Amino acid sequence: MNLYTFASPAHFYTLAGRLIPWFAWGAGLFTLWGLYIGFFQAPTDFQQGEAYRIIFIHVPAAWMSMFIYLVMAFWGAIGLAFNTRLSFMMARALAPTGAMFTFIALWSGAFWGKPMWGAWWVWDARLTSELILLFLYVGIIALWAAIDDIRRGDRAGSLLTLIGAINVPIIYFSVKWWNTLHQGSSINLMKAPSMAKTMLLGMLVLAIAAWLYTIAVALVRVRRIILERERQSEWVKAILAKES
Amino acid sequence: MHRFLLAVLRRDLTLAARRRGDWLIAQFFFVMVASLFPLGVGPEPAMLVRIGPGVLWVAATLASLLSLARLFADDHHDGSLEHMVLSPEPTVLLVLGKSLAHWLIYGIPLLLVAPVLGVQFNLSWEAIRVLEISLLLGTPILSLLGGVGAALTLGLRGGGVLLTLLILPLYVPALIFGAGAVDGVMAGTGAEAQLSLLGAFLVLSLMIAPWIAAAALRVSLE
Repeated sequence: MNLYTFASPAHFYTLAGRLIPWFAWGAGLFTLWGLYIGFFQAPTDFQQGEAYRIIFIHVPAAWMSMFIYLVMAFWGAIGLAFNTRLSFMMARALAPTGAMFTFIALWSGAFWGKPMWGAWWVWDARLTSELILLFLYVGIIALWAAIDDIRRGDRAGSLLTLIGAINVPIIYFSVKWWNTLHQGSSINLMKAPSMAKTMLLGMLVLAIAAWLYTIAVALVRVRRIILERERQSEWVKAILAKES
Repeated sequence: MHRFLLAVLRRDLTLAARRRGDWLIAQFFFVMVASLFPLGVGPEPAMLVRIGPGVLWVAATLASLLSLARLFADDHHDGSLEHMVLSPEPTVLLVLGKSLAHWLIYGIPLLLVAPVLGVQFNLSWEAIRVLEISLLLGTPILSLLGGVGAALTLGLRGGGVLLTLLILPLYVPALIFGAGAVDGVMAGTGAEAQLSLLGAFLVLSLMIAPWIAAAALRVSLE
């Protein structure tokens, strides 16, 4: 038995079923821990007061929104190159979560922007590129919804994800040169972080929680997709007979 | 190879020449969308100069999307598209030829109409000149990227609206650099930087879009 065993939907279905509780519980615990740090331990910000605490939701959501898109593009590329069924299912399972995190990042950003900049929305580079990322997610999900044929839908969606992934950096820089008001990144690998250690810890813990949540939800969703697509096969019929 | 590309081009141009209504509609759409803006925001010349480049560029992207929905649809309908894809010639060239034909049929007339609209928006001659250059560099991008969307949505119900949803986000850089170039020359900072970036984006689209569109076309015809 090697790693490729789990490229088969039947094996992956069982593996995912065993992994889901771990990721789900991990996500819950890390969320509680991160929120505790964020609300009770992290100091009040010198300039922004209490309102800055939105950062603990906002930044992990924004990270995840971009990261999930890259993971989708990765799975799409693998699927197109090696013709593996499971990769396309993973790409489809990730899209709604990615769109949700993009929306959360925009929404929490609006609530943060109101006290800080005095406006719910400004046409700033990061906000705008995040909004365009949401449009890209919506486009991909709409394309999947419009195509009934599974094989065609998988491939078309992956191609669109890929061309979007090539375009995302260009969109980001074009919008950045266009207009910028957003505060610079608080975290930079090259410099010492410009924020207190506890704040950083809380954000990282919540980022890990967002990762675990994404994996758990994607696995739940991919199990449903596997069942739906393999419903003609014997092992799925056996599972359904047992459950009903 | 060249002969195939030329044959695709000549075929699409002949078809367009025989159905003049189609490309005239796209040009009138461009004019109408641009003319609606002064009605909406008011006729003050200072304001119109300010919004003019952006409005003309947005109208150009919408006009190109309007015609892109039919890029492959007619040939798909009468079955000739499948024959062309099945032929030994590379599909990439077919897609490239069709995108180029789309640009010649819909993009070039746009360049001819744009100065008139520029005058309507009170743009200076210098600004109109840069607008023309930016449209000359930018409209091929619209045709190339749009080819990907047209191939992906081929034969789907509600394909036209879906195409808009898929492709408009990808147009953002072209829109920003194109309208930014005109803004730059009006603000006195020069347009070279934006025009260079627009040119770079055109080269990149030319290198990538036909391949993805060809792959999408094969997926859609399976």
